[in-house]
Amino acid sequence: MSNYEYHKPQTVKEAIGLMESLENAKYIAGGTDVIVLVKQEKLAPANLVSLRNISELVYIDTKDGLKLGAGVTHSAIANNEFIRKRYSALADAAGAVGSKQIRNVATMGGNICNAAPSADTACPLLVLDAKIVIDGKAGKREVPIDDFFLGPNKVALNAGELVTGFVLPDLGSNTGSAYIKHARRQAMDLPIIGIAARAAIKIDGNEAVCRDSFVAGNDISQTIKRLEDERLVFEDVRIAMGVVAPRPVRAKKAEEAIKGKIISEKLLKEIGEIAASESQPRDSIRGEAWYRREMVKVLTGRAILRSIGRIVGPEQMTNPNRLW
Amino acid sequence: MKKEITFTLNNEKVVVEVDPGWTLLYLLREVFELTGTKEGCGVGECGACTVIVDGDAVSSCLYPVLEAEGKNVITIEGVAASDGTLHPLQQAFIDNNGVQCGYCTSGMIMSAKALLEKKAVPTEEDIRTSIAGNICRCTGYVQIVESVQQAAERMKK
Repeated sequence: MSNYEYHKPQTVKEAIGLMESLENAKYIAGGTDVIVLVKQEKLAPANLVSLRNISELVYIDTKDGLKLGAGVTHSAIANNEFIRKRYSALADAAGAVGSKQIRNVATMGGNICNAAPSADTACPLLVLDAKIVIDGKAGKREVPIDDFFLGPNKVALNAGELVTGFVLPDLGSNTGSAYIKHARRQAMDLPIIGIAARAAIKIDGNEAVCRDSFVAGNDISQTIKRLEDERLVFEDVRIAMGVVAPRPVRAKKAEEAIKGKIISEKLLKEIGEIAASESQPRDSIRGEAWYRREMVKVLTGRAILRSIGRIVGPEQMTNPNRLW
Repeated sequence: MKKEITFTLNNEKVVVEVDPGWTLLYLLREVFELTGTKEGCGVGECGACTVIVDGDAVSSCLYPVLEAEGKNVITIEGVAASDGTLHPLQQAFIDNNGVQCGYCTSGMIMSAKALLEKKAVPTEEDIRTSIAGNICRCTGYVQIVESVQQAAERMKK
């Protein structure tokens, strides 16, 4: 039992107005972070402004890329067929947060604004080039996600501003993505590290014909072995790492080094090494720094492989209509 | 300042005065005296307080009470039929020794019920995912999973 007043605005405008007029006020969405902090007496707001009853914050718009309302729950994302296929990393992460009970109420906006170094959805949004849509009394603005995280629990929001949604570009049908959460148990745990990848691949000579060799093997690494001397190259790759720095970060040197190269296991190993050199993990209760760095090496390659699998594997294909 | 809210609790419309700082769990246990819903950790980690709100399993210990307004809330007390006949899930937990100390059981059953309402024929993985947020310290979860499987089979018939 706590001492706060609880407000339930119906529109974004009303919420911003309340935030401006109330003393010591805080936004609350799913409440799975805010209520915990209040119970632990780490937060003592006099007023909570609930974003749960604002219908304009709840939308999944799949025309022309992907637009998501900040009030969309993790369950809604994890269960969305389009997001699972085309923005797989995000669905991976949303489905890996907490438990069913948490995912059913916890929102995307909340996960991002809480900005834990371990926030599962942050890495996918980084590799998927998301923009954050922000509204406040000064009006609307958009911020690239890479500029949004400032540090642990610190984001680029001015007083009274709130995140209303996310805009993700259309990444094309030769793109796949994945997020790997490395934790001790599958539910209700924070990641020791989290790695997201997005890979776009192309074949030299742009003839797009169906190749049976692509879909014959179950294991994508076997496919890669067969293709090593062929002209299958990385067009563009994004890598993001969680829990290895005060905020979720991109491995930009690794991304640069992989661009345009022929896909091979050796290359993936090198990329893992570069990504690990860009990480600055620390010792914590969940894992020691050296271990985290080792796991960055392993999981970076794995996340990229899984991304490729989603382009060429028949099971989870990004675009089933397009086989080479 | 107390506020009045109206919602459906175990299929009955209720009107009640609440303090905005309460959680749904507090209202259920302390005002309605529905003590089948348990408080374990109080911070959404253990699942003992799971109830179903509008078809979804949620942790009532993190649920701001004012958000219950207009919602349809089901607790363990609303799971059995009105004549007292146990729900197939409850019966299956008894028949398969899915209960040991019992503290997690209400939450387990609510999570499983929410799953079966969405997916009548769940896979073992579906079941394990649905109860992944419900911690049981007595058992190895095997009998609990078997209980849910058997309930699903009985409900099909």
